[in-house]
Amino acid sequence: MSVSAISQISLPFLMGNNLNAWSDALAGLTISWFPLGLVIIAAIPLVFIALYALTYGVYGERKISAFMQDRLGPMEVGKWGILQTLADILKLLQKEDIVPTSADKFLFVIGPGILFVGSFLAFAVLPFSPAFIGANLNVGLFYAIGIVSLEVVGILAAGWGSNNKWSLYGAVRSVAQIVSYEIPAAIALLCGAMMAGTLDMQQISVLQSGPYGFAHFFLFQSPIAWLPFLIYFIASLAETNRAPFDIPEAESELVAGYFTEYSGMKFAVIFLAEYGSMFMVSAIISIVFLGGWNSPLPNLGSVALYDWTSGPVWGAFWIISKGFFFIFVQMWLRWTLPRLRVDQLMYLCWKVLTPFAFISFVLTAIWEIYVP
Amino acid sequence: MNNATYISIFYIFAAITVFSAAFVVFSKNVIYSAFALLFTFFGVAALYVFLSADFIAVTQIVVYVGGILVLLLFGVMFTNSIMQADLKSDVLHVVPGTLLLVATVGGLLFTFYTTGTWKPSDVQLHGSVVERIGIETMSRYVLPFEMASILLLAVLIGAAFLARYDKVRNNEQ
Repeated sequence: MSVSAISQISLPFLMGNNLNAWSDALAGLTISWFPLGLVIIAAIPLVFIALYALTYGVYGERKISAFMQDRLGPMEVGKWGILQTLADILKLLQKEDIVPTSADKFLFVIGPGILFVGSFLAFAVLPFSPAFIGANLNVGLFYAIGIVSLEVVGILAAGWGSNNKWSLYGAVRSVAQIVSYEIPAAIALLCGAMMAGTLDMQQISVLQSGPYGFAHFFLFQSPIAWLPFLIYFIASLAETNRAPFDIPEAESELVAGYFTEYSGMKFAVIFLAEYGSMFMVSAIISIVFLGGWNSPLPNLGSVALYDWTSGPVWGAFWIISKGFFFIFVQMWLRWTLPRLRVDQLMYLCWKVLTPFAFISFVLTAIWEIYVP
Repeated sequence: MNNATYISIFYIFAAITVFSAAFVVFSKNVIYSAFALLFTFFGVAALYVFLSADFIAVTQIVVYVGGILVLLLFGVMFTNSIMQADLKSDVLHVVPGTLLLVATVGGLLFTFYTTGTWKPSDVQLHGSVVERIGIETMSRYVLPFEMASILLLAVLIGAAFLARYDKVRNNEQ
């Protein structure tokens, strides 16, 4: 078997290797009138979120945080505690579904739903592989930034519906933080969009592919790109309410924020939404600055590492590993940095990140115009 | 996607838009009205997608859901005794209201049927409209664009001035 045959393996379902081949083939799949393929396309990210949240999100985070604190983490259920997540899920399923008597029943119930829909909708424009993307919109990046605002409404609904002052204040803190950090995040992503000249996520990825692997990524294509990359990474931590920006939750000091009153499956849905948006921001940063589904390995003479590690299945592997890497960094930071106070949070957003985002915007524009 | 699916999805979004808009108007609970606006904005954005105006659809979500709706919700939530307020007015003007409604709907329908340019264009829109929007904004519509940006800048400075922590006054107290 020759080496080039490895990329031929990535031909499942005989759908070909062209751009969006799998999702186009799936979109055409209908049974009489029912568009089964479209349902499958929507179900793939959903199953992905559930699987990743169960394995890497819950179990992985507990283990990683344990190792960082020189503990062992869950060890009782199964070998190395592998089945701990399953036990947790069973516990959550069996829990009584408590709705506080004085809560606004309707808003209390739809709050987590809107929150999850908001984080899930952005997965529609993430290219999971050169051959698979939910919806190949020509405004993909803009859509991914914008749809986060649905989450904001979900948080407010949850906080208000709980009819609890800690929940409401938690929701207001969280929303103020997300809305503020959207500005540096959007400007930083605009730098990436400017380097690509398009908002189409699949095109942004295509523009970063080439035989030298990582050298084609936008992060290494311009001397300023590290600045918007860093700004977006910091702002994305704040947008997903991760440490060091987790005062919306801050269980130890400020009660648990907007989900104080939630228990059982509603709590699980809120957490699924949080893990969903963690992967979403990690995938966006890897698509815009680190090539998305492109292999980072360069071709070294006859050792054609890039060619061997390209193709639809490899693409899915690369984007998911890049996303998981950034989630690992998020977890790492969570156990390394202390929480920011609310005034420090706003100082960082408005007086540090936003001006630097504008500076990087102007510098990127100058670089793009005057340097060929 | 075949035609029947397309049409049924269109009617689902149209129904979401119309019913949630009706809920916004008829609900006696201001919070519910504000949250129902979310579905109205969302439905309108979906209808823009049906008109191949993706960019406007996303802008609709960003501006109205991310900006205006959040501001509205904050305003409603920070208003005292919002839940107790009786929103039904004692004075009802049925006849002038009906006249106004008939006049508005009649006027809109009249304009719709007499203006001949409301036809779908023969050429299907292909490719990205984002570049064209950008070029038009920076060339033909550059003056309104710049005027809007100056207005927004003035508003931003004014808001920051009003919200600023006043050192002098706080020292006096």
